[in-house]
Amino acid sequence: MVSVRRSTVIDAPIAAVWEVLRDFNGHDRWHPAVDRSRVEGGGRSDRVGAVRDFVLTGGERLRERLLALSDKEHSFRYSIVESEIPLQNYVAEVSLKPVTDGDRTFWSWSSRFETPAGRERELAALVAEGVYEAGFEAIRDRVEGRGGTLPAPAVAPAGDAIEGLAMVIDRHGGPEELHPARVAATVPGPGQVRLRQTAIGVNFIDVYCRTGCFDLMTPPGALGMEAAGVVIDVGPSVRHLSPGQRVAYACPPVGAYATRRTMDAALVLPLPDGIDDETAAAGLLKGMTAEFLLHRVHRLQGGETVLVYAPAGGVGRLLCQWAKHLGATVIGATSSEAKARIARAAGADHVILPGRESLEAQVRALTGGRGAEVIYDAVGRDSFAHSVAALADCGHLVSFGQASGPIGAWDIGALASNSATISRPNFGHYTDTPEKVAAITGRLFEAIERRILSVEVGRRYPLTEAAAAHRALEGRETTASTILIPEEDSP
Amino acid sequence: MAEVYTSSVIGAPAERVWAVIRDFNGLPEWHPAIAESRIEGGAPPDQVGCVRAFRLKDGGHIRERLLALSDYDYSCTYAILESPMGVENYVATLKLTPITDGGRSFAEWSAAFDCPPEREAELVATIGQGVFQGGFDSLKSRFGG
Repeated sequence: MVSVRRSTVIDAPIAAVWEVLRDFNGHDRWHPAVDRSRVEGGGRSDRVGAVRDFVLTGGERLRERLLALSDKEHSFRYSIVESEIPLQNYVAEVSLKPVTDGDRTFWSWSSRFETPAGRERELAALVAEGVYEAGFEAIRDRVEGRGGTLPAPAVAPAGDAIEGLAMVIDRHGGPEELHPARVAATVPGPGQVRLRQTAIGVNFIDVYCRTGCFDLMTPPGALGMEAAGVVIDVGPSVRHLSPGQRVAYACPPVGAYATRRTMDAALVLPLPDGIDDETAAAGLLKGMTAEFLLHRVHRLQGGETVLVYAPAGGVGRLLCQWAKHLGATVIGATSSEAKARIARAAGADHVILPGRESLEAQVRALTGGRGAEVIYDAVGRDSFAHSVAALADCGHLVSFGQASGPIGAWDIGALASNSATISRPNFGHYTDTPEKVAAITGRLFEAIERRILSVEVGRRYPLTEAAAAHRALEGRETTASTILIPEEDSP
Repeated sequence: MAEVYTSSVIGAPAERVWAVIRDFNGLPEWHPAIAESRIEGGAPPDQVGCVRAFRLKDGGHIRERLLALSDYDYSCTYAILESPMGVENYVATLKLTPITDGGRSFAEWSAAFDCPPEREAELVATIGQGVFQGGFDSLKSRFGG
């Protein structure tokens, strides 16, 4: 058994050093020996048990499992699961301690391992100097503010703009306004990434952008807020993405209906292995919507009764699944027995269909006269008055869409009848910074991985048939999520 | 329970610093607050369970029992039996860790104790800055730091 221990003092407060070291998936951003890092299965890097997959600058692969992580002790332990360098039974610990005398940080990095006979000394030196001491110097440069030795980005983009195809509108209007156009995906500049897109999500917000109901885009331009694909290349200073990596995004700026796209890399997320491109394109925006509707716009509590309109639709199914998991009683309101079956399968306890009794009467009958504490209503004009009437006292109506048309002017004095709260959230405001997106997608990916949510792809359309996809969505023909697939022969 | 943690860097290898601080009867050699020390019953100072009796430079008396001593970990743990400070259940650990980068030592001195809540801030400051940092400052002037 070989034992290696190296330690140093970094002239920076412990919080600054720990902020960098604690990211088990972040060593490629500071350690000169690590070229690329990703967490297998796409989980969070602070999940104990996570396995990181390194490609070293020498080209070797290395897989390591996080055994323990402590924010209290500022330490983590990990083991090598698989390595092209013969380090066997390798267990290591990184530990920080505050030096109160001078507000500095003591950093210890140690390990025990076995090697093939005769290679103990060589491999101990590699670990001690090539990994630990080299890491000390890289962090020292980084947090002590000397700068200069961080590794260069993995890729220097070269060449010209790549031509692609996009579905654009020249003016606001109906689905017929969508037409194909040649567009150029420019060489990514600083902080940008260029993508080859493989699956594109279709969302009702795209309809609102097309009609001009939302002012997220001004024609002419491509529609679309969501896609998955593969990184072609990255611009300077982009460290979390590398060519060939599978990625996805769901956020403004609008322009996802395209085969190629250059955009702000900070908005683009590495995609977990367990989530394929179509699932990401079908579920990222809708799942993020469900996340902020259930956890941020309203913090859903177990025991609350929730009314979900369109419970068989893309967002609706996810709302039912997640609300049920959170312990709510879920009522779905839909238009057909076929959709009711989908809603029940997604976790709806009760499903309301149009009948002789009004929606509010049916909700009150199901809730002992109380009404629903929370209502998620994306129907709009046709449902709004019924929603207000179906609310419990002090209930919360979350109006997050208007599929049937604008709600129009409402006298808020009428809300005094049940002390209603009304929210009108806009996806853009919940997802306009990388920090917000990271928080939302962290919880979403976990929910997908834990199978709390299952994303279902409904219809697939060729990208050039985006207008047909819009017509189907607006015609209430669709269930689950609709996606667009760039044609094989499109550039 | 109040907790105090003070740490520093001493400019000599851990084995050299440890040779000085492992002597449970040796504080007058290096700690500025301690005037005299003796081990009760004439026990050797590295006998776990032995009791040291201090006379402080300000005239006070303290009795402390050695609870643990490790030449392997360079650490020493002790409890206060009697003192003028008004603390109860006081247990402290002084520990060194080698800093391989530059042959220095990382020194930690920590304690946990009970006291009346209104005295906690004052005692934490006195023990952390006075007793512990005072000792480290003395070691730093002796070994560099």
